[in-house]
Amino acid sequence: MREVAIVAAGMTRFGELWGASLRDLFVEAAQEALTAAGTDHLDAIYVGNMSAGQFVGQEHLGPLMADHLGMAGVPSVRVESACASGGVALRTAFLEVACGVSDLVLAAGVEKMNDGADVTAILATASDQETEVYHGATFPGLYALIARAHMAAHGTTEEDLAWVSVKNHRHGALNERAQFQRELTTDQVLSSALVSEPLRLLHCSPVSDGAAAVLVCPLDQASKYTDHPVVIRGTAMATASLALTDRRDMAFLDSVAASGVRAFEMAGIGPEQVDVAEVHDCFSIAEICCIEALGLAPLGEGRHCARTGETALGGRIPVNTSGGLKSKGHPVGATGIAQAVELFEQLTGASGNRQVPGAEFGLAQNMGGTGASSVVHIFQAV
Amino acid sequence: MPSPRYWREIPSRYRLEATRCGDCGHVSYPPRRICPECRSTAAETIELSHEGRVLTYTVVHVPPDDFLMEAPYALAVVETPEGARMMVQVADCDPASVETGMLVALEFRLIRREGKGGILCYGYKAVPAYPMGGEEEAELRSKELEVAHA
Repeated sequence: MREVAIVAAGMTRFGELWGASLRDLFVEAAQEALTAAGTDHLDAIYVGNMSAGQFVGQEHLGPLMADHLGMAGVPSVRVESACASGGVALRTAFLEVACGVSDLVLAAGVEKMNDGADVTAILATASDQETEVYHGATFPGLYALIARAHMAAHGTTEEDLAWVSVKNHRHGALNERAQFQRELTTDQVLSSALVSEPLRLLHCSPVSDGAAAVLVCPLDQASKYTDHPVVIRGTAMATASLALTDRRDMAFLDSVAASGVRAFEMAGIGPEQVDVAEVHDCFSIAEICCIEALGLAPLGEGRHCARTGETALGGRIPVNTSGGLKSKGHPVGATGIAQAVELFEQLTGASGNRQVPGAEFGLAQNMGGTGASSVVHIFQAV
Repeated sequence: MPSPRYWREIPSRYRLEATRCGDCGHVSYPPRRICPECRSTAAETIELSHEGRVLTYTVVHVPPDDFLMEAPYALAVVETPEGARMMVQVADCDPASVETGMLVALEFRLIRREGKGGILCYGYKAVPAYPMGGEEEAELRSKELEVAHA
């Protein structure tokens, strides 16, 4: 298996981008990456996308995006794993380059959520239609059930949850591509409208439009495109039951733990060596569950990390320096690639006032549904 | 939900049919062909008890469009004595009164009016297990009927 590196990245601003279509977003991010690498050639394209078919009525994104990028003819396919679609697109690109089939592959993610669709109902299709959605479950509702289970098991409080949002908005305020570039207080979070108890509006990531893209190639060819490549040391994916009711412990995300263990094993490092992480904080409780499942915080201790500053910029292990899904925004299919973009910049010293000094190892964790799928990547600066 | 799909789900939705693994005893609801615990294909069909216990719950304030008339509603994970778990709404009580460990009965109810056609879809909801009786119960039931026919 060949060593694989990221050599260029591109990303749109995230937000309610009324003036941009699905294809506009993809082209903007992809072209930025191609321009940075100084190339107009690609061997393959993977498009991470959860549900353009439902959001904007458009399927068959592979050829559509290749065509609009001026690359008709190049193999191009959409990759779907709900909100983990982006992370899985990157993993698929990695595998294609690692095994020697292709030398330069674009892994991108895109979602256009603000075009008038019933977003709550569409997102809910990532959970079990027959046993959960039928009875009125929503995504905030399912994560609220996880939050209650976590509260019962570990004493997590609504204030602990609020601190995750406060910390991520503090980071997002420094990110010019974030949807919400402003800070929050715990009082604002705890007085925001209830969505599904105990989760409030400001515990939830927003509905976003956006795209992100990275270029991957064999490490030994990286110098053709950049002086500062980032190596993908580990990639792993795991699954768990789609329905929350089928999990033995609703407060623990098995797929996140399994994908983390496999990625660490492949990379040959442990959680204590990670310098900066992007994890899937679609709801504030999710960040707490994810850092615990990945071993970035001991089980039951994750709830304290945002408040104490352990996971804030300047802390022991900065988590979601981009602002996370909460503040940067969550165009679902783009999120996994946007995490890789943030870490590519962190590990090449390009994060400006969000820079984690001397960061060598970065971890990205991206999940679909209520953690029915999870994909983890470990990156290293070289 | 197109009607063939709805029709296929009737045994589990209307009769609470589940499968019990012939090898490890794990109960799956709705029925499964392969046991998720031990991969055995030896399963017998059983009917679940119409009662259970709330494992965890939430109150949904922002619902999907089909449930706009219902919100806020309590949604809970309920475990039956057989060990099957199901997600159900908790009805006939103030959503704020639902709590972990609460005993519930499972009753056959209208679940949703689907889409623009308003097709009626049925299944089970949990209700507090203690008998409410008297005027209060009668009032709640008539209220639910009113909503159903609105």
